[in-house]
Order: sequence, then C-alpha cells, then structure tokens
Amino acid sequence: MSDRVTFMLDGHRIEAYRSQTIMDAAIEAGVYIPRLCHVPGLDPWGSCRVCTVKVNGRPCAACIQPAMDGATVENDTDELNAWRRELVEMLFVGGNHFCMSCEKSGNCELQAMAYRLGVTAPTHPYLAPERDVDASHPDIMLDHNRCILCARCVRTSRDLDGKQVFGFVYRGAERRIAVDPGVRLKDSEADVTDRALDACPVGALLRKRQGFQVPVGGRAYDHEPIGATDGEAEGAPDGASDGESLEPAASAGREAS
Amino acid sequence: MTSQVESVERIVIEPVTRVEGHGKVTVHRDREGNVSEARLHIVEFRGFERFIQGRPFWEMPVAVQRLCGICPVSHHLCAAKAVDRLVGGEDLTPTALKIRRLMHYGQFFQSHALHFFHLASPDLLFGADADPDVRNVLGVAVAHPDLARQGILMRRWGQEIIRATAGKKVHGTGAIPGGVNKSLTLADRDALVAEVDTMLEWSRAALALARAYTMDNLADIGPYGDFESNYVALVRSDGALDIYDGELRAIDARGEVILQEPDNQAYLDVIAEEVRPWSYMKFPYLRALGPEKGWYRVGPLARINACDYIDTPEAEAARVEFKALADGRPVHAAMAYHWARMIELLHCAEVIEGLLGDVDLLGDDLTTSGTRRREGVGILEAPRGTLFHHYRVGEDDLVTLCNLIVSTTSNNEGMNRSVTSVARHAMDGQEQITEAMMNQVEVAIRAYDPCLSCATHALGNMPLVVELVDDGGAVIDRRVRSAAS
Repeated sequence: MSDRVTFMLDGHRIEAYRSQTIMDAAIEAGVYIPRLCHVPGLDPWGSCRVCTVKVNGRPCAACIQPAMDGATVENDTDELNAWRRELVEMLFVGGNHFCMSCEKSGNCELQAMAYRLGVTAPTHPYLAPERDVDASHPDIMLDHNRCILCARCVRTSRDLDGKQVFGFVYRGAERRIAVDPGVRLKDSEADVTDRALDACPVGALLRKRQGFQVPVGGRAYDHEPIGATDGEAEGAPDGASDGESLEPAASAGREAS
Repeated sequence: MTSQVESVERIVIEPVTRVEGHGKVTVHRDREGNVSEARLHIVEFRGFERFIQGRPFWEMPVAVQRLCGICPVSHHLCAAKAVDRLVGGEDLTPTALKIRRLMHYGQFFQSHALHFFHLASPDLLFGADADPDVRNVLGVAVAHPDLARQGILMRRWGQEIIRATAGKKVHGTGAIPGGVNKSLTLADRDALVAEVDTMLEWSRAALALARAYTMDNLADIGPYGDFESNYVALVRSDGALDIYDGELRAIDARGEVILQEPDNQAYLDVIAEEVRPWSYMKFPYLRALGPEKGWYRVGPLARINACDYIDTPEAEAARVEFKALADGRPVHAAMAYHWARMIELLHCAEVIEGLLGDVDLLGDDLTTSGTRRREGVGILEAPRGTLFHHYRVGEDDLVTLCNLIVSTTSNNEGMNRSVTSVARHAMDGQEQITEAMMNQVEVAIRAYDPCLSCATHALGNMPLVVELVDDGGAVIDRRVRSAAS
C-alpha cells in the first residue's frame, strides 16, 4: 500500500503522507485552516475545535483527523466559518478578555481569529467568571482570566522544555490550568526562559514587565490577518509569533484594542 | 439625598449638554421664587480605583486612560509618570521625555480646540439665549464655515501628533514604564511640520476670538461666576508654565503663593478630599487651609493665574495682556477660562513647533530603569487641570492601591458656585423656567470644560434636566435636553 494519499480540500488536490493529519497536510500545501490549540511541532490536541472541517460531509477536527485517500474536505465555507465564529465567541464570553488593556493585544491569536472571522460583538452573554492571577513568580505571570485551555503551555513545557510545569485540574466549566496542585508559580520549575511562555496564544502566560514594549504598528497582527502567511507555523515552538494581523476596528473582547 | 436647604421649588437640569459625562443641576427656590442654592450633581460611577486593583502595574498607563475619550493621553502619561517610579525610571532619556512632551502638547492642542470650537463656540458666537436649533456645532458650521473647518483640522493635527507618538489617535500605548515604545519617524515629523504654520495662525485667531468675546462682554460674564478662589497648578521650579512636569503651586485670591511643593510624591501632604452625600464627585481642598477655605480651582484659568511667565513669546505676551484685566492679580471670572484656554492653545502650538525641530525626537534610546519601588505618584496638568495618579504595588507587581484625583474634581466647588451665581441671576423671581435660563446654567458649567466621565471615573457625554418642584415635592415643571443637542 502506498504511503501517499490524495484528497480534495476546497476543490484543490492535496497530496499527503498516510500518517499525516489533514491539518499537517494543509499546512504543507500552504492552505490555511483556522486553529488555536494546534501548533506544528507539538502533538495535536483537538480541544479548541476551531479547525473543524467537513470530511465527506462529517465534521472533524482537522488537527487530529488523518488524511484519507479520496476524501472530500470542506474548509473555507460560510457554514464552517460561522461555526468557528461561534466557538471563538464562546471563548471570549467564557473568560474575561479585556482587549483594550491587555498587553497581548495585537499579538493575540484569539483576538486576531475574532477579527478574521468577523466577530464584531458578542451575541452570547458574558459569563464573567471569577478567576485569579498568579503573579507569585518574580518574572512570570499566569492570568487565568485570559486562558482558553488550549494546552499549548502544557505540551510545550512537557515536550520542548522537558518539564511538567503545567497541567489541568477540575472538569467542565471549572477546568483550568494549574501548576502542581496547591503550588504557586514561584514554587514551580517555571523559568523565564521556558519556551512554554511563548506558546501561549493569548495573554494568559506572560513574562512580567515586558508589556506594551512593541508599539502599535509593529505587532504581529497589525497589518495582516492571522493566517495571511498560510501554512507557516505559528506559535512558540517554531517562532515567537506568526506574524499575522490587521489593525483592529472592533473586537469580540470587551472593547477594541 | 438629604438637603439642609428649605426650598419650595427644586429645579432639575438633566442632562447637562456639550460637556463630557453625565450630570444634572438642581436649583432650589424659596417662596419668593429666589434661588437659595444650586448644585451640580455627578450621577455616574465607574470605580476605576477599585477594579484595577490586582492588575499588574505596567497595564496602568493603558488601562486607566479608558477613563476618558477626550483626554486619555493625560491619564496615559500621568499613570506612566507614576509607574516610572516603580521601575526607578523617572529620569527619562531625552528622546523619551521629548516624545512624551510632544504627545502631551498635541493632546492639549486637540482637546482645547475641541472644547472651544465644538462645545463652547455656539454659546460664544450666537449667545446663550439664541435659538437652540442654531446654537449648536452644526449652526456654527453653517454660519461660520471657516471657523468650523479650522476647529476640525486643528483637532485633527493634534490627533495626528498623538498617533505619531502613541501609535493610535485614541487610547495608544506609547508611554511604558521608564520611557516610550517608539520615537518619531521622519515621515511623521515632516507631515506635522508642514502644517505647523497654519496651526499657529489659526491658534492666534482663536485666541483673538476668545479675547474679544471676553472684552466685549465684560459687563455680562459676571453672573456666570466671578468670585475669589485659590488656584492650583504645576509650575516649573522657576515659575514658568509647564503642563508635563513641575512643582505643585497653590496661590490665593490675591495671587500670593500659599505653597509650592517640589516633591510630587508628597501630594497627600498638600491635598485632601471631602465626600458629600449628593454627588459621586469628591471635593478636594488644600490641607493647610481646611475644607472650608481650602477649596481651589484648576485648569487654564488656574495655570495662567498661577505661573510667573510662559516660556514661549506669543503666549507670554497674551498672558501679560490677560493678567492686565485684573491689574496683574488673578482673574476670577469663570468665563475667562475660555481666554486662558486659548492662550494655552497658542502656547502648545509654539512648543510643538520647537519640539518638532529637535533631533532627539528621532532617537532610539527609549527606556531607562533603576531601583525598583513599591509606590509611585504621577502629577501633570491635563487640559482641564491638575491630575494625580498614585499607585502602590505588592511584591508580586500587582496593584494594591490606586488613588486618582482628576482635574474636574478640583473644580467641583467652583462649578457649584458658578451654577449658583448664574441660577440666581437667571431664575430669581421667574415664574417659568425657559430653555435660555437652562442654557445659561450650562454655559457656566461649560466654561470649566468639565469631564464628568473622568471626575467620577464615568462614561459618556454629559446631558442636563431642570425640574420645578413645589413645597410638597411635586414636580410642577420639567425640561429635559438630550445628550445629542
């Protein structure tokens, strides 16, 4: 059996290795599939579902769905983008995302995804959960208000930093990132040089006292939308950020940046 | 709310229009129909001082500027001055200091132009009792198209300065702890320089207009409030007008210096605040004089009264002429705020012209730092007056205390006295409250260019209502004006 498969992605013929996911094959072919939790170089996670595509009419997360020979895959359709818009909006209203004062604004993949998908104002009520900030470490801050549970820090810390700093605790709506149970950041192995800090797509995991040092106009998404450099790797493992964006005019966060 | 005033009528003006924020005025009248007391109530509450607790200090310049949409740069820079001290970076590099000054003078320029041309000019050009269908910014555009155009373009130039230095025209990110995140590009500098002569020319014309209004109406502006008060403003250590940095100076009604505090960090030794039950806006006073005698006014009138001189030639000549109105002593008329404001407008244009020729603006040495501290105070002059930001942080860099004394708050007593003065003049003995009477009250408030949003840490543009209430408390007449007018 050949180790190569061929499938159709939005009408384009894509070749892939049998072991590849649809996401990996699309990235290799230079086709952008919207995503938040997936970062090339890390094991796929499949939690955000923003990469949902239809494979032979059935919704699947492209980051964990193997490429299948002869499959027809829909990606950039009105229906799928509407679903993605809903998912992104739910991430916004489920946390406390104040884009206007967030130092990640302009470099934030969640914000950039909202702009790309046209999330101009929330249609769901804000949940306004009570979440805390762990600023106990002298050089690192973990702001649970902004966490979208993508596990990029968990995977990066484990797979690239060789540590086990982050993990999940609790379930459902209570699920949250934690360092070792009962431990604050200052008592963990976390270090300011950890690549896990660069993996965070939002403003949840930050190096302290670095905010706003890049002026408006120089931020990742000030000039091109996320995905404009389709197929190129984003996120920490292969680069500090993925160089996408447009100057925001409105946002799904509480206020435009 | 309780009131000590025995009145048979209570007139409520709500909302007050053509000012920033939401407020109302109540006027109490006795059985003879004479005004016994009038109050400006600020009816919003935003609570920034509380909800930024627990946030990291480097967010402050960006977060707290959301208090205001007109003068956010003032809050941005004042917070930055405070957090400079938290990183030991208060001695800025020449580039950082000049970029911040340029940003601040640009913001002053656009804010003063906005107030004079968009908010105040309908009253000054048409009269407080003119037809309200004409007495608005669109009426100005029809009757005085050149003036309206100048107002818009002057504001645009100021906003462009802000964009070039802060990254965005509104709510930028330019000032960071210990400096700035960008310098000026050559293209931006050249674009700004290309318009500076026009801006100077239009500033001179606006100053002439404000001066002429005051001189032509000397007999009529008294009722809007012409009373003695103390004044507070920052001045440079040599007494010169300085809106970005300086020493806190208080003068009395005769112009004598009550105090000059060189240490901004000691502001609480100088200023205290009183809370009154009928307004969300506090009443600051000079601690040395107590709440009764220690109230003071701030803003353009206070700055021009308090400084010894202005270090730009045309504004200095205008200041000397202005002070001659009171034989060198402080000018007390509330309506003189407009004239003082336009002196500052010209001063800003002169300063910006000088700054734009300075190569330091193009430098790349943007930040500095030193010994970290747990507490910092920033003071600067916002367009509406002296602004205080005070932060305390924990070991984890999160804010544990925030105290803001906002410009308009300091004018609380002065605005209330002006409101009482003009209400007595316009409404004493009158059977019916007319729109023109209501507008006279608003004209007095507008002279101070209040930002009620900032003063209560509140949001929006300020609307006003007037009610007549009988001695049983029933409303017998009510006039309401929408925020859009």
